Amino acid sequence: MRRRRSVTLTVLTGVMLVYSLIPLVWLLINSTKTQAGLFDSFGLWFHGDFALFGNIADTLTYDGGIFLRWLGNTLLYVLVGAGGATFLAVLGGYGLAKFDFPGKRAVFAVVIGAVAVPGTALAVPTFLMFSRMGLTNTPWSVIIPSLVTPFGLYLMWTFAAEAIPDELLEAARVDGASELGTFFRICLPLLAPGIVTVLLFSMVATWNNYFLPLIMLKDPDWYPLTVGLNSWNEQAETAGGEPVFNLIITGSLLTILPLLAAFLLLQRYWQSGLAAGSVKQ
Amino acid sequence: MVGSRRRSLAGWGFVAPFLAVFALVFLAPIGYAIYLSLFRNRLIGGNSFVGLDNYTQALQDGDFWSALGRVTLFLAVQVPIMLFLALLVALAIDSGRLYGKGFFRVTIFLPYAVPAVVATLMWGFMYGTRFGLIGNINEALGVTLPDPLSPDLVLASIGNIVTWEFVGYNMLIFYAALRVVPASLYEAAEIDGAGQLRIIRAIKLPAIRGALVIATIFSVIGSFQLFNEPSILQDLAPNAITTYFTPNLYAYSLSFSGQQYNYSAAVAIVMAVVTMVIAYVVQLRGMRSEDR
Repeated sequence: MRRRRSVTLTVLTGVMLVYSLIPLVWLLINSTKTQAGLFDSFGLWFHGDFALFGNIADTLTYDGGIFLRWLGNTLLYVLVGAGGATFLAVLGGYGLAKFDFPGKRAVFAVVIGAVAVPGTALAVPTFLMFSRMGLTNTPWSVIIPSLVTPFGLYLMWTFAAEAIPDELLEAARVDGASELGTFFRICLPLLAPGIVTVLLFSMVATWNNYFLPLIMLKDPDWYPLTVGLNSWNEQAETAGGEPVFNLIITGSLLTILPLLAAFLLLQRYWQSGLAAGSVKQ
Repeated sequence: MVGSRRRSLAGWGFVAPFLAVFALVFLAPIGYAIYLSLFRNRLIGGNSFVGLDNYTQALQDGDFWSALGRVTLFLAVQVPIMLFLALLVALAIDSGRLYGKGFFRVTIFLPYAVPAVVATLMWGFMYGTRFGLIGNINEALGVTLPDPLSPDLVLASIGNIVTWEFVGYNMLIFYAALRVVPASLYEAAEIDGAGQLRIIRAIKLPAIRGALVIATIFSVIGSFQLFNEPSILQDLAPNAITTYFTPNLYAYSLSFSGQQYNYSAAVAIVMAVVTMVIAYVVQLRGMRSEDR
């Protein structure tokens, strides 16, 4: 259908765009300033000295290079946590969508009910349980709870129901293929857009996770970036602590860049996955 | 028959790994929290069973009620504003009348990829009167704008941060739902002489009702869970944000500063029940209007 483009509507929507972008622009501009420059320049414009590269170098080397350690931890948690969560959600979603078995409705009820339980309500009991099992202050205490994403399961379920025709499965069975073989060789490629979507959303959840690692980890050597950045912020507020505002700001920029890049590069895949699977009635 | 049994087993086989981890990180902690909430640790006599005493205490606890009242107010104001804005943007992008709609869609979504910690630190610095934008404006214009981190305004300031983080996400959910509407419906409506507003009311809104209900439920859950933003802002605004600012912050402080694990578990369970009840009511209302 041909539609006339509207300048008025574009400008009005542009207001939302500016709102969404201003803090990011602020971050970008202020990561080019020295700590002194932060205090004596206008927030949305550059200061005379361009200190971006110095700030990046300082962020990466401050306190014995702890930022790089946090980055490595975050990557570990995302790789194992979000990767594992996606794998479990894809397996489970496919099983729910394409097989009939007794107890399926119960599984659905329990999982959907669990979505409504605030994750933070679970955090304290999980902490106490894990601390009895000797898991707190280890990477496992962050990874294991990240392995389950009820929303990802739901998304994969609706996606698999749409994307895989029953006839295809019947044909594979007639040909004598095993269930696992059918899943890996025939179904996985069809599920790709859904998998990318679930993977991206669980990556964001794990990369951005703050509450869980905050309570599970005491040792800064295991912190992810989020908890680490806030520990720099807290350090500035304590008496006698060294304020490192320029490092917090530059560190924040470095923290969000990988995710922004992932979303921009993969947008074609995750958007089609979201449109095809998640919300169709 | 053998085939169907084999397939039933295969179905369970695919779901079992998820369920096993789910039991460990969802069901077991819920059970453990309920167990904990029935005990109390006393100085004399140690850990003893107290039945529902922790729950009666929570229901009479002024700090808990003030926290619950605060998130309810937050919910009543922030969620409608955020969802309305998200809906407007989704409709604008879907209308096909924007220049550069792909750019709008991706850019407005981007804040969702920013961790709550970073979002709160950024906004917190911008709110700040030291080297933030508010400070800049005050200095440049010689005025004294109200401090966004003051006790009166801090809840609204948090609302702004949360809105910023999630407008794009909700917009995308709505937009994805709008995409599924077959174009032939719009063509038929236009032939019948329906204007854009009429199409929105008669076709688009009903078509995305499911998405609206889901987004509302997730936002309600998010509001009741509010923790990250106030907890991080606490360092910048220690006078405005108390340890019982939200129910979650209260439960957290009880456990980790007060060592009152049992009482904290009771508070968390009360919140879980409240959240589930409200989510359920939202879902029922959403479905009922669907039948109409």
